[in-house]
Amino acid sequence: MAAVWVYAEAGDGAALELLTKARSLSDDVAAVALGPGAAEAAGPLGEFGAKKVYVSEDAVFADHLEQPAAHVLRMLVEEHRPDLLLLSTSYHARDVAGRLQAALGATLVSNASDVPAPDRAVTQIFGGTRVVTVALEGPAPRIVLVRPKSFEAQPSGGTAEVVDVPLDVPTQLRKARRVERHEEQASGPKLEEARVVVSGGRGLQEAKNFDLLQQLAEAIGNAAVGASRAVVDAGWVPYAMQVGQTGKSVRPDVYVAVGISGASQHRVGMKDSKAIVAINKDADAPIFAMADLGVVGDALAILPKLVEEVARRRSA
Amino acid sequence: MEIVVLVKAVPSANETPALTDDHRLRRDGEIVLDPGDEYGVEVGLQVADAGGGTVTYVTMGPDSANAALRKALAMGGDGSVHVSDPSLAGADALATARVLSAAIGRRGFDLVIAGVESTDGSTGTVPMSVAEFLEVPSVSFARKVEVTDGLLRVERQTAAGYDVIECELPALVTVTTAAAEPRYPTLKGIMQAKQKPLEVLSLADLGIAAGDVAATQHVDAVAAAPERAAGEVIVDQGDGATRIAEFLEQAKVI
Repeated sequence: MAAVWVYAEAGDGAALELLTKARSLSDDVAAVALGPGAAEAAGPLGEFGAKKVYVSEDAVFADHLEQPAAHVLRMLVEEHRPDLLLLSTSYHARDVAGRLQAALGATLVSNASDVPAPDRAVTQIFGGTRVVTVALEGPAPRIVLVRPKSFEAQPSGGTAEVVDVPLDVPTQLRKARRVERHEEQASGPKLEEARVVVSGGRGLQEAKNFDLLQQLAEAIGNAAVGASRAVVDAGWVPYAMQVGQTGKSVRPDVYVAVGISGASQHRVGMKDSKAIVAINKDADAPIFAMADLGVVGDALAILPKLVEEVARRRSA
Repeated sequence: MEIVVLVKAVPSANETPALTDDHRLRRDGEIVLDPGDEYGVEVGLQVADAGGGTVTYVTMGPDSANAALRKALAMGGDGSVHVSDPSLAGADALATARVLSAAIGRRGFDLVIAGVESTDGSTGTVPMSVAEFLEVPSVSFARKVEVTDGLLRVERQTAAGYDVIECELPALVTVTTAAAEPRYPTLKGIMQAKQKPLEVLSLADLGIAAGDVAATQHVDAVAAAPERAAGEVIVDQGDGATRIAEFLEQAKVI
């Protein structure tokens, strides 16, 4: 039977989704958790299907970037030879996967939305309009980066054997040092859990106009504010708010896209919403082709009225 | 300081993306420098301006990829390397990284700069694979890049905000579109670009055999995803807000 491994970032629920999928592919499922908090994570990882969890609490994984993790993962993989390694797409995991692929000469699929077999991965291209099944060949392990929210996490009720990883991270892999951390806190419900997501793009013209979206989210209640990649990259709002291929996937009851043209990068992250409302100046914006209600107009004129209108109806 | 910027030629966003019969991305329309790579070019030029040094662009792709190098050279920089070989048609991410790192490794370098991911494939792993082959540290998702006395200092985007990373050179860095505002090529720049060195290399020049870049995966099947039907589109006549509020009410979210 094919052995399936999951790379688990500490405190990341996405690993539990991957373990749920891994269980459907194999009885031989293990996870690797590295860095402070890894030992504590081993419990849930076992409950969701890992038979074994390879653990290291060493601070080297937090103080440096992907090189120590890629190195230790490579040693473990070369020793135990799993057939498939699943990682959840994140900044860190993607870097680990890229390093590991080169070190092992293994094949890799990025942005997968399903893993139907240990040697098959499914991705969506062209903004989710085409579904591609890829056959994975070459030396094991095959590496698949899976988009978060592709699977629903379900506990198996198991417990994992915890195996401490003996550490051997050479000095030359500790050159990129994390010297400061800055966290930008968001308020309100999480993007993935909110019933309504109100997202903004370039059409909002400047960063401060995101306040209007925040007001709208507050007026609606149980709503979260998201953003397109363009405005995250431009530094208007933190990455945590990004919806799309390289950000979060959301499936709210209603998704309101404000000043977002609907690039394929973005559509992948929100196309499974139950209903979509779009506001855009450009009548030809691709977002209108997928919207249940599209309004061609100036978002900055419409938003203040919408906030008022929603508040009025909710208090009526 | 020797700065290498990785660039990719991709189909223009004006083209409707399509696949060939053997499941490859069609590249017979307009080909441009990947918009994400313009930021890598700009960061490379700024680092060179600030601390002195040369900027060389490296790409892999068919002859048409030349357009990407010309655009980059028109923005600035000193020269370019284009790896082009019939055996590289359909090369996957691993093969691409192997070839790019060989092309970079045969010349000296202090800093390699790339975009975080390509606009057409979005795989996002090639730069880290290149760093692994070159045996240098790397910092991804930079929103600010500074080089002082051989030390790279980067503000790196994270899920919750940003980290500050310090790293000695040589190193590789990938940049987001927050890292710089790409300059427009001037007419003078476009004219000068035509005089700048453009080295074309084959796999044999890099000492790589065709078998070393064989694909490790193939496309089994391509199917159309279920389409979302478009709904009603109205032009705001002052009633846009009311219509949206009614919609939210009917969806029972307010």
